[in-house]
Amino acid sequence: MSTSESRFNLYHYAAPQAFYPVAGKLAPIFAVIAAALTLAGLWIGFFKAPTDAVQGEVYRIIFIHVPAAWMSMFVFLVMAFWSAVGLAMNTRLSALMAQALAPTGAMFCFVALWTGALWGRPTWGAYWVWDARLTSQLLLLFLYLGYMALVAAVDDPRRRDKAGAILCLVGAVNVPIIYFSVKWWNTLHQGASVSLTKAPSMASIMLSGMLVMALAAWAYTIAVALYRVRVLILERERHADWVRGELTRLGEAN
Amino acid sequence: MNAFAAILRRDMLLAWRSRADLLISLAFFVIVGCLFPFGVGAEPNQLRAIGPGVLWVAALLSCLLSLHRLFAQDYQDGTLEQMLLSPDPTVLWILAKVLAHWLTTAVPLLLITPLMALMFDLEGGAIQVLTASLAIGTPILSLIGAVGAALTLGLRGGGALLALLVLPLFVPVLIFGAGSVDAYLSGTGASAHMLLLGGGVLGSLALSPVACAAALRISTE
Repeated sequence: MSTSESRFNLYHYAAPQAFYPVAGKLAPIFAVIAAALTLAGLWIGFFKAPTDAVQGEVYRIIFIHVPAAWMSMFVFLVMAFWSAVGLAMNTRLSALMAQALAPTGAMFCFVALWTGALWGRPTWGAYWVWDARLTSQLLLLFLYLGYMALVAAVDDPRRRDKAGAILCLVGAVNVPIIYFSVKWWNTLHQGASVSLTKAPSMASIMLSGMLVMALAAWAYTIAVALYRVRVLILERERHADWVRGELTRLGEAN
Repeated sequence: MNAFAAILRRDMLLAWRSRADLLISLAFFVIVGCLFPFGVGAEPNQLRAIGPGVLWVAALLSCLLSLHRLFAQDYQDGTLEQMLLSPDPTVLWILAKVLAHWLTTAVPLLLITPLMALMFDLEGGAIQVLTASLAIGTPILSLIGAVGAALTLGLRGGGALLALLVLPLFVPVLIFGAGSVDAYLSGTGASAHMLLLGGGVLGSLALSPVACAAALRISTE
């Protein structure tokens, strides 16, 4: 571990002890990036982007809604990736990464649903319609909650990691099935989603605002996951000497 | 194949010896079905419209109710560990247990479904489609449910946790199952729904025993 070659070995960072300081260095960087991009994105969204010709001011919710919805789906995929890696290579850190990501994914899922409801009320005249996308988003939230509930219910860390990983993979296999079945079920309500491609110049500034916010959501997710995984590592490795040392150091710093 | 037959026979025998348990999940199905007219009113047109969906949801919940029994007893008395240690393929006896679960919980429910459908004023053809869709769809519930039952084995709050894990995964089955009757009534024909349910059975037959075996190994470690 002390040789300089192993510094560039990815497997080196699979050890929680090696990853802990790296996460500590990276997390604040991503937090700053997230804050800067959020400010820029909101500034574009509120002051630069023009009022929509059809929907008026209400459309501005997309600057939060769309990135949140993207993130909620993407985070589940990333969790499934870490779960597969954890099961295949038997690495502890992978499961911790999946567990660190879950609350953020669930939060984005909820934000997407909540902002969607606020947008739907003036636009569709209802807070909730059983539209295919809304319904599959709701089921995705249930999958997140199920994952977090299972992970919370298991006391043994090894079993917690692996059971969570299996559930995550089963869920990932089912997400497309759920999406297409819901779409089939609700073919009647389709067509309600509004296309945002109006005049090209308008669309581009709206799009750039949305993309900046999406990048902000990415940076936020990475930062929060890294902070959370540090806590999970400390909790998991609390019997190790280096964690004791770290905890004393943290205690003295406060 | 011997192991398959032996486990199937054993589980069927155990289920028969404690047949009160089976009656409970059957009674649960009937009662849940009967509650809906009280809730939404007994207007025949409305009952006809909601009947297939209500019976499907009731079947789904009644399946959920019996799922935790799938491995719990064997887990408590150590049989499960012995079976995992045995040289027989894990997937094989898991399939036997799931088949036994389906035979003991879903088949009685299928037999009583036409009767329940009459209470919702469904006509003959719709009753046939509903029963057929339940016959094809309930194996998926048992197969997916087995993974959930294996994951939650011996955990506190197991029952409610199992529901949270498994119910979102049941949604596609519910959609195609209840949808088949609507498709039949609207004149499109239920074959597309039935084929999709059949595909679901084959897909879950291929994947879920493997996931279930992995989950059982983790849970008994």
